[in-house]
Amino acid sequence: MDLSQIDPILLITSIMVVSTPLLFAAIGEMVVEKAGVLNLGVEGMMIVGAIAGFAIAVESGSVIIGFVGAAVGGAILSLVFGILTQVFLANQVPAGLALTLFGLGLSALIGQPYAGIRPPQSTTLDVPLLSDLPVLGPILFQHDAMVYLSLFLVTATWWVLKHTKTGLIIKAVGENHEAAHALGYKVVKIRLLAIMFGGACAGLGGAYLSLIRVPQWTEGMTAGAGWIALAIVVFASWRPERVLLGAYLFGGIGALQLRLQAAGANIPVEYLSMSPYIVTIVVLVLISARKSNAGTAAPASLGKMFHATN
Amino acid sequence: MKSIKPILAGAALAMGLTGAAQADDPLEVGFIYVGPVGDFGWSYEHNQGRLAVEEHFGDAVETTFVESVPEGADAERVMTQMALEGADLIFSTSFGYMDPTNAVAARFPNVRFEHATGYRRDHSNVSTYSARFYEGRAVIGTIAGHMTETNKVGYIASFPIPEVIRGINSAYIHAQRVNPDVEFKIVWVYTWFDPAKEADAATALIEQGVDVIMQHTDSPAAMTIAEEQGIFAFGQASDMAQFGPTARLSSIIDNWSPYYIERTQAVLDGTWESTDTWDGIEPGMVEIGEIADSVPAEVRAEAEALSASIESGEYHAFTGPLNRQDGSVWLAEGETADDGTLAGMDFYVEGIEGEIPN
Repeated sequence: MDLSQIDPILLITSIMVVSTPLLFAAIGEMVVEKAGVLNLGVEGMMIVGAIAGFAIAVESGSVIIGFVGAAVGGAILSLVFGILTQVFLANQVPAGLALTLFGLGLSALIGQPYAGIRPPQSTTLDVPLLSDLPVLGPILFQHDAMVYLSLFLVTATWWVLKHTKTGLIIKAVGENHEAAHALGYKVVKIRLLAIMFGGACAGLGGAYLSLIRVPQWTEGMTAGAGWIALAIVVFASWRPERVLLGAYLFGGIGALQLRLQAAGANIPVEYLSMSPYIVTIVVLVLISARKSNAGTAAPASLGKMFHATN
Repeated sequence: MKSIKPILAGAALAMGLTGAAQADDPLEVGFIYVGPVGDFGWSYEHNQGRLAVEEHFGDAVETTFVESVPEGADAERVMTQMALEGADLIFSTSFGYMDPTNAVAARFPNVRFEHATGYRRDHSNVSTYSARFYEGRAVIGTIAGHMTETNKVGYIASFPIPEVIRGINSAYIHAQRVNPDVEFKIVWVYTWFDPAKEADAATALIEQGVDVIMQHTDSPAAMTIAEEQGIFAFGQASDMAQFGPTARLSSIIDNWSPYYIERTQAVLDGTWESTDTWDGIEPGMVEIGEIADSVPAEVRAEAEALSASIESGEYHAFTGPLNRQDGSVWLAEGETADDGTLAGMDFYVEGIEGEIPN
C-alpha cells in the first residue's frame, strides 16, 4: 500500500466538491427543523432542483441562472409540502415521503428531453496571486462559486440563529409553537418561509450534482443524497457548525475510500462506507443519554402539528 | 410517481375485470428494474426489451414495469404484488433479485419467473438468463490495452460477484495480451446506480494517472467525466455515445429483445419450461458498439477479428495458459474454461493487483 500516491491537496479539494451538495441540503433542512417542521422530502426537492437547474442552465446558457432556477424550483416544490402540512394540517411524515416520490416522478418527466445533453461549463474562481499560492491556492481559492456560497450559507445560518432576533423567533417557533403564537408571532408564516428556504437549499444541492459534479442529467441521479442530508442534521444535533463537519465527514469518507482503492490500498470498503451511519447512531445514543441534564438537542415542537385555536 | 403507475394500473384492471367478462385475456408480463428506465445503461436496455415485446405481440400481451426497486425485501414485495395482480410472466432483471425471485416463485407456482444473471432455479417455474458480457469485455479490453498511453486502465466495479469479476478478468487478459505493461486500477463502488459516486470514482482513477476507463455500473456518469477530462471510456450496457462524443472508444450493448420475445412466445404457446440461458456475441445478446474513429485502423481490425472469432466459436475468451492471481495454474495451454467455473468465478487471474473484497 502506497499512500504517497494520494495527493493530499487533490483529496481535500475533492472532499469539498463531493460534500457541497450534502452541505446545501443539510443546512436547509436544519433551518426547517429548527422551525419545528420535519420535511422528509429532501431527496425529492434535490432531484427537482437538479433537473430545474439543468434545464434552465441549458436553455439560458448560463450556469448562474440555472442555479437560481434550481433554488426557485426547490422552493416551489417545498411549498406544496408547506401548504399541505401548515395550512391543511397534513401529517408531516407521509407528506414528506410523498414529496420525495412526487419529486422523483416529476423530475423524470421534465428531464425526458435533457438526457445526453451537456450543460454549459461552470467557471472556477481564479484570483490573481491567491489562486497560485502553493497548497492554500488549490484548497481555498480555486473552487467554483457554489462551494463558497455553501460555506457562506453555513456561516450566515449560524450567525442568524445565534445573534439575531430572527434567529430567536425561528427557534421559539420550533421549541414551543404555542408560546410563540401567544407572543404574537405568525407560526404558520414563519414555518412556510423556513420550509421554502430548505427547499431552495436542497434545490441548489441537487443542481450542484447535475451542473458541476457529474455534469449531466440522469433520472434518479441524487441516489439517496437527500436521505444522507437528513442523517447529517441529526448527526449535527441541529447545529450549523456541526452540519458543516457532518457534511464534510460523510462526503469525505466517500471520497477518501474511492481514492484509497484507486491507489491500490487494501481497505475494507464496506466498513468505511458504513462508518458515517454508525457515527450517526452513536451521536443519537449520546444525545438521548444527555437528555437528563441539558435537554434534548431536537427542537421540542419538531414534527408536531400546530393549529391556532385563538 | 412512475413506480406507482403499475399499482394504479393493476387496480384499474381489477375493477375492469369485475365488470365485463373478457374473452381474450392478454398475457400479463411484468418487469422489475434496479435503476430508473432513464439510466441510459442497464435498466434502459431491459426496458427496450420490454418495449420490443409490446411491439411484437400487440394486444396479445400487456406489460407493466416497476423501476428503481432496491435489491432485497422490496423486490419480494413488488414481485408479490405483480403476481397478485395477475402477471403470468415476470422478468426480474438484477442479480440481487435472486433470492426474492425464488421466494415469490415458491408461493405462485402458476406464474413463470425469469431471473437475469443469477444461478438459482429452486422451482420448476424459475428460469435464469444472462449474457456472456465477458466476450464483449475481451474485445474492449483489447482496444483499451492498445489505447492507453500511461499503461493504466481504470475499472469502476459495482459488487464483488462472479459476473463482475469475470468481466475484470476477461478485460485484463486481453488488454495484457496486446500490452504486457498494462496495469488495472479497480475501484469498488458498491452500487449499480449512483451517478455522483460513479463520477467521483472516475475522478479518483484519473488522479491516479488512468487514461482509459471501463465500468461495470449503470449510469453514463464516468463517460461524462472522461469526456470532460479528455481521456477514453467505453459505453456500458448501452452505447452512451451522446455522453462522450470524443471519449467513447466503443461499447458493450446488451440486447435483450430477442430473448424476451422468445420467452413470451413460449408462455403463449404453452411450451415454457425452466431453462438456463447464457448467450454471448453469437446470438446477438451481446453487441459491440461501433468502434470510434479515434481508434487506429489496425487496432479496430484486431478488435473486429477477435469479436468474429468469438462469434464463430473458434476462440473462447478464457483460453489457457492462464494462472490464478496466486500463480497456481487455472487453465493449461489450449484449455478453455467451463461454464461452472465461470459462473462461480471468485478469483483474479495472474497479473491483476489487489484483493477482491468479500
